[in-house]
Amino acid sequence: MSRILPYPALAAALLVMWLLLNQSVAPGQMLLGSIVGVLAALAMAALRPEKPRIRRLGLVLRLVALVTIDVARSNLAVARIVLAGGRREQTSAFLHVPLRLTDRHGLAVLACIVTATPGSAWLEYSPARSCVLIHVLDLIDEQQWIDTLTNRYETLLLEIFQ
Amino acid sequence: MSDMAEMPVAVAVLVGLLVVGGAALTAAGCLGLARLGTFYERIHAPTLGTSFGALLVLAGSAVYFTAGGGRLAVHEVLIFVFVSITTPVTLMLLAQAALHRDRAEGSDEVPPPIDSDAA
Repeated sequence: MSRILPYPALAAALLVMWLLLNQSVAPGQMLLGSIVGVLAALAMAALRPEKPRIRRLGLVLRLVALVTIDVARSNLAVARIVLAGGRREQTSAFLHVPLRLTDRHGLAVLACIVTATPGSAWLEYSPARSCVLIHVLDLIDEQQWIDTLTNRYETLLLEIFQ
Repeated sequence: MSDMAEMPVAVAVLVGLLVVGGAALTAAGCLGLARLGTFYERIHAPTLGTSFGALLVLAGSAVYFTAGGGRLAVHEVLIFVFVSITTPVTLMLLAQAALHRDRAEGSDEVPPPIDSDAA
């Protein structure tokens, strides 16, 4: 099974993408999409990446919901800061956050979440110190930021990936 | 494909709100790109347009074409997925390049590398 179809989730995702792009679920498109998916999965296997282990799928949904709420909130916050213009005080700052998460895929997801959220950006990660440098646009309480990051996201990602 | 005038009022209002809302957020992001002071501050602005700015406009598009075309149009989901996966990667690359440049110039504004003992 794993030799014919080494990355079933990737192949399935590509099939769904193919069907969405073609706006059709005709048998012919299903066949073409499956061929693309299987070939891509075989190509991926040739690269031999470390396979991510997603342990608890239910938590992924919870993470998506959390991120959506937080991104919506910070969208409004950053829009307000921008529209307020020069009348605000300088509050942007760099911030070091120690992490317990060491899984590469978990870190990649966390980096994308932090950067995709308006108002915070992931700048640098040190595997030796398990520490990340983040830039925050509106830094009021440093400890609150560290708590949000580690309690809200990192704990979930630890359960999902490690 | 029907046009806006043939649509039920509620749907037309919903589409209008979504598109205008998304466009307004994206515009705020663009304004931020011009207004904010430093490179590291400006990096926060474009994510407005790529997160909820894009999401609202694409949701408007999905509602419009689903209502007008008579069939489910959800391929906008793909645009959102790819935009939200690729933008952070680009921003992180830009930020790393800026950090590297500022450190090479010996700027006081940026913290030293985490691995160095000063951190």
